[in-house]
Amino acid sequence: MTFFDKCLQFLFSGLTTGSIYALIAIGFGVVHNASGIMNLVQCEFVTLGGMIAVTYYMSLGIPLAISVLLAIITVTVLGAVFERSTIRTARSQQLVVLIFITIGASFFIRGLILVVWGSDPFALPPFSGEEPFHILGATVLPQYIWVFGITILVVIALHFFFKRTVIGKAMRAASGNKRAAALVGISVNRVVLYSFAMSGAVGAIAGIIVAPITGTSYDIGFIIGLKGFSAAVLGGYGSMPGAVLGGLVLGVVESLTAGLISSAYKNVLAFVILLLVLFFMPSGLLGEREMERV
Amino acid sequence: MQLYRVKEKMDIFCLLILSSVLVLVSFFIKNSYYLLILNLIGLNTMMVIGLNLFIGYAGQISLGHAAFYGLGAYLSAIVNTHFNLSLIFPFWFPQWCITWIVIFLAMFCTGVVAYLVGVPTMKLKGNYLVMATLGFNIIFELVLVEWHSLTGGSNGMAGVPYLAVGNFFLNSDIRYYYFIWSFTLFTLIISFNLIDSRVGRALKAIHGSEVAANMVGINAHKYKVKIFVVSAMIASLAGSIYAHYITVITPKSFDANFSIQLVLMVIVGGMGSIWGSLFGAILLVLLSEVFHVLGSLNVVVLGLILILVMIFFPRGLIPSIFSLFKEKVPTKTPVNFHNLETNIKNEESF
Repeated sequence: MTFFDKCLQFLFSGLTTGSIYALIAIGFGVVHNASGIMNLVQCEFVTLGGMIAVTYYMSLGIPLAISVLLAIITVTVLGAVFERSTIRTARSQQLVVLIFITIGASFFIRGLILVVWGSDPFALPPFSGEEPFHILGATVLPQYIWVFGITILVVIALHFFFKRTVIGKAMRAASGNKRAAALVGISVNRVVLYSFAMSGAVGAIAGIIVAPITGTSYDIGFIIGLKGFSAAVLGGYGSMPGAVLGGLVLGVVESLTAGLISSAYKNVLAFVILLLVLFFMPSGLLGEREMERV
Repeated sequence: MQLYRVKEKMDIFCLLILSSVLVLVSFFIKNSYYLLILNLIGLNTMMVIGLNLFIGYAGQISLGHAAFYGLGAYLSAIVNTHFNLSLIFPFWFPQWCITWIVIFLAMFCTGVVAYLVGVPTMKLKGNYLVMATLGFNIIFELVLVEWHSLTGGSNGMAGVPYLAVGNFFLNSDIRYYYFIWSFTLFTLIISFNLIDSRVGRALKAIHGSEVAANMVGINAHKYKVKIFVVSAMIASLAGSIYAHYITVITPKSFDANFSIQLVLMVIVGGMGSIWGSLFGAILLVLLSEVFHVLGSLNVVVLGLILILVMIFFPRGLIPSIFSLFKEKVPTKTPVNFHNLETNIKNEESF
């Protein structure tokens, strides 16, 4: 295997994990745009997606495609329920309080997952066989293609959702200026609700498509989710092209360092990047510069 | 800063009561498990008070204080088990002194680390501040696990020596009980002085409005870094004592979850309430001991408490309970909660 082949191999696996990060980053961004909250429950949406899909498929014997769809719908509903039951009912709408609610909820849900499913990892079968094929000397699993393809589909769908549909336009308006949006008749509360449901859906998709590659266990979402947040910050928090770019860049950089330098500190890298971006380039690669208003 | 000056009569009264209760308790409790819990409460109280200065008074957030706690613990453990320090010092220098010097050096090093992390971090706000401190904690935890040769990886380190003063070894729970709680009381007194000083007033001003604080000549960034460093050094001291007390440390004790638990203690006790910190630490340590039997349900219960307290008592559990009896017990609220409302308005009017 030549050096070029190796790099290509790492590039492909990096793009795959990068797609997962990108999806999670989009989830973070959607909620941030609608409400300004950093929704740490995003990590748990990822775990829930994988776990629920596995349960539908393994325990209830529902065909794979339908289990996946049902799992996405379930987590979407859970996302909406989470928003209605906690964020909405909070007495104080101060940002700090809301962030702590999401932290508490993240603990709560992770604990529940541990109680319900136990600490053993589960695996979902690959969507179409395990026969690897070769592209330019690199070995690629079919699931890699699925991950990459589904991510592209989701991004395109979201793009059309935000540009063409009334709800999407309302969400963009509300993220621009809540008061003005409310004045033209947009229910900002409902926008926040939709954003949580959407982040649930996107997180669940990420959790499901990664499950055949890495397996799924109760704590998988925590690290992947926080890396997704790093990707969001890297790309520019709240920007959708930024989230995709940040995710892919993070995935590729991580995979290249793990493969070519050392895999021991692979997980550290994402957080070092997070801190460096926050310290030196807070608006990220594609984000808008934030101004402080008094 | 004068150490003898605790102005508020109520606080002096409470301090006296607390000290006498602590002494009384030590006569009756002989069970070493109960003493262990009391000692853990003491150590946690120290850290929570430090963290409360940062969260409650300065109005910032940190999900990274477990890392400073761990830094103190690991520095003490590493220096005491890996290096033979008596070679550096002259031969007549007593061994027990070296351990103490290491503790204070660890505090100093943690302070330097906190300063280096704090200078860029304290420029961040809200979500970014949470994530930067959390990211720092995760990096610390991963390095602890990966750096096998120095930290023993995920198995941690064992054989940290007990502390001693001369030939008097702190080798029983009751001796550590007196030792830890005197440090905790000392921290309490210092923080009462601190919040009643120029620094404390500056912090409250920053909490109210950073811009306004800057306008009246308070260098908000400098003060935030300062209080961050101070709280990190307190955590480091607590960590060193923890290492010398338990003698076995693992990375698990210093992970992001513990940071969140510390913040939970601050929140339950009430942000900006020094006495609340004590109650928060007592309540949470006891709860996690009680719910320990539940096994993995423990986390569920802690998460649920955090959610419920935040939804229904955003000011914290203890202040909310106190405000029910407001007519009877006049409590001093250091944080101006009218700001809560204006903050919301400011945030909404992007």
